[in-house]
Amino acid sequence: MTTDSVSRRDVLKSLTLGAMAGSVLRVIPLEAAEHVHAVIETEKADAAGAYTPKSFTAEQFKTLQALCETIFPADADSGGAMEAGAPEFIDLLTSENPEYQRKLGGGLKWLDANCSKRFVNAYLNCTPQQQNEILDLIAYRKNAIKDGSLSLGVEFFSLLRNLASDGFFTSKIGIKYLGYKGNTYRLEFPGCPPVPGL
Amino acid sequence: MLQLNPTRKVYDVCIIGSGAGGGTAAKVLAEGGLDVVMLEAGPRLNPDKDFKEHVWPYQLAHRGAGVGGKLRLQMNSEFMAPNGAWEIEGEPYTTAPGTSFRWFRSRIEGGRTNHYGRISLRFGPADFRARSTDGMGDDWPITYDELAPYYDKIESFIGVFGSKENIPNAPDGVFLPPPQPRCTDTLIKKACDRLKITCIPARMAILTKPLNGRDACHYCGQCGRGCRSASNFSSSQVMIPPAAATGRFTMIAGAMARELAVGKTGKVEAVAYIDKATGSEQRVYAKAFVVAASACESARLLLNSRSPLFPNGLANSSGMVGRYLTDSVGSDLTGHFPQLENMPVHNHDGAGGLHMYIPWWRFGQRNDFLRGYHIEFGGGRDMPGVGGFDGVCAEHEGYGIELKQKCRSSYGTFIGFSGRGEMIPNEKSYCDLDPSVVDRWGIPVLRFHWQWGENEMKMAQDMQQTFRSIIEAAGGTVIAGTRRHPQAQPAHGDQREKQAAHLTEPGAVIHELGTARMGNNPKTSVLNKNCQAHEVKNLFVADAAPFVTNPDKNPTLTIMALSWRTSEYLLDQAKKEDL
Repeated sequence: MTTDSVSRRDVLKSLTLGAMAGSVLRVIPLEAAEHVHAVIETEKADAAGAYTPKSFTAEQFKTLQALCETIFPADADSGGAMEAGAPEFIDLLTSENPEYQRKLGGGLKWLDANCSKRFVNAYLNCTPQQQNEILDLIAYRKNAIKDGSLSLGVEFFSLLRNLASDGFFTSKIGIKYLGYKGNTYRLEFPGCPPVPGL
Repeated sequence: MLQLNPTRKVYDVCIIGSGAGGGTAAKVLAEGGLDVVMLEAGPRLNPDKDFKEHVWPYQLAHRGAGVGGKLRLQMNSEFMAPNGAWEIEGEPYTTAPGTSFRWFRSRIEGGRTNHYGRISLRFGPADFRARSTDGMGDDWPITYDELAPYYDKIESFIGVFGSKENIPNAPDGVFLPPPQPRCTDTLIKKACDRLKITCIPARMAILTKPLNGRDACHYCGQCGRGCRSASNFSSSQVMIPPAAATGRFTMIAGAMARELAVGKTGKVEAVAYIDKATGSEQRVYAKAFVVAASACESARLLLNSRSPLFPNGLANSSGMVGRYLTDSVGSDLTGHFPQLENMPVHNHDGAGGLHMYIPWWRFGQRNDFLRGYHIEFGGGRDMPGVGGFDGVCAEHEGYGIELKQKCRSSYGTFIGFSGRGEMIPNEKSYCDLDPSVVDRWGIPVLRFHWQWGENEMKMAQDMQQTFRSIIEAAGGTVIAGTRRHPQAQPAHGDQREKQAAHLTEPGAVIHELGTARMGNNPKTSVLNKNCQAHEVKNLFVADAAPFVTNPDKNPTLTIMALSWRTSEYLLDQAKKEDL
């Protein structure tokens, strides 16, 4: 796995070490540095006013945040799903939608129960390797075909991934990341720019 | 039967519905000197409040997905111009067992013209003579030449961009210059050229030059959200203002028409409506009535207007009201075009909707099916929106930076194709009153019955083949069939079912029409060639209900041309005091 496996906990640990040793950040890849930046931003926001989840418990919301950020992490090009406000967006929709409450709320429970069974701990307290192991199982439909006991998890993750993509790619940073240009007033429309082969 | 009060104010004309047909009638009749009152079932339009032009998704808490994400994969997201909906609370409709139908209704000043696609295609000469051409369906009681001057008038007034092409049975109009092609247009046009498929500038009711006091388009690509500069056509911003400026126009908003009341003379004297604000029943009196509530809503009003003289519904001795309901034959396919990856960052918005389209290019040839279809296509680097990445997520799966990058590289590389073809009217597709269901206003609701014919299925099949050949010729790959209804793909079943799976759900194209058709024979039609009821001379219908057929051309332009013609006839009759 690439640096998307760097968990929030790891990053915070590195930060703490970095603050003491002064040089640890150099060994964290660029993506992780961006991740750190995003995490710090979020921490600041938390400290400033703290978002109160509308639909999830505080613990569930933390898991939701971690999952969103793992699905669309910060990298060298942009912040991640947390900076984009994806968890808050998903929480809002879920608070208004019984089907999402069942699927996402149930899915988070499924995830923690399965992590506990496999790794003794709930998802957030698993190691990054363990987290990746469970996510690698539920992030692909084919796994549910092989092992029916995973289908709830796969369904949950598929919905969460779609909603996280909404939250990320409709945000300011997500739109910038994609390179969409428009939504403005123009006197003329020049058409397609010169593109080789088109 | 209603009791009529003769001391009330009597307008010259009462128009029911403020959409394409009603708005056109209001303009022509009020400017012609008549005192006009209009009923609209929804509220007045307030563009400053109702339009969400230039709003970014992140400026809305729900990002466009609506409360609970309910609008997530719907056509009518939070950004759309208001009050269009597949379901309206308290105003249901039903479908007969074993059939399905979707009915998109818009309860607001301007109706569905606030958000429609603005595709403005004239019907062609052969389209008015379907039965004479191939023996199916019926001919119209008017010819293209009779309607052509009204196409000229409506295009000159509302503004339509396009290009002169001399294509058989796709007549040129009075056009403003078309906009430049987007990259997606260039790509598809080249493929079409190789395949010898005609691909030309679209014909859209959007101003590429200032016209009649309206500003030219500013190319934000958001016509569906409404346009505060009225650079696109809507009845609310283009038809109602000139009617109101005459000082002879009154609009009663929030008025749900329930019944047209016939007097002793056999003419309509009043319309009874529910004032939605108070729930009370009110009446408006007029010398003539123009029903333009949308094809099915107009049929519903006529069917609900029963009296000793018209026990089957007003002007319905023929039993034809509600009959020969059609929708366009619709089929969709999406292609992925890897060469659109790594495009230079550029503004792709353009005018809202099509810049180019594919008219029916096999007219007059021998095909596996009768009539024809046109193809609309679009995609590319549009404003990102909710649901826009479901497809990539489902295909790529996984998570992390790789998924994020995949979403970015595939952004703007999809082009969707939609075929829109002619359905041959049949006796099994119609609407009537549900005997056991009323809406919240106590008005009996419509029940829909539907059956696609063999011709429609063959046509949809042909559409799919064409989409595939264009996608492949353009260097793309087909990514999904009938994305809107993946569950409709049968795992097993005969050829007929498989073909049916390519068809959009009945009503879903929102071209429902034909429920009070015109004709010269009062036994087989509701209206005469002036869209005047055979049986009630002061009753006119001015939406798509009078259509005898709906060729592969979107109906709105013809609704307006026909309404303009009907209104001039009405004016003439009013001057002769013959109503």
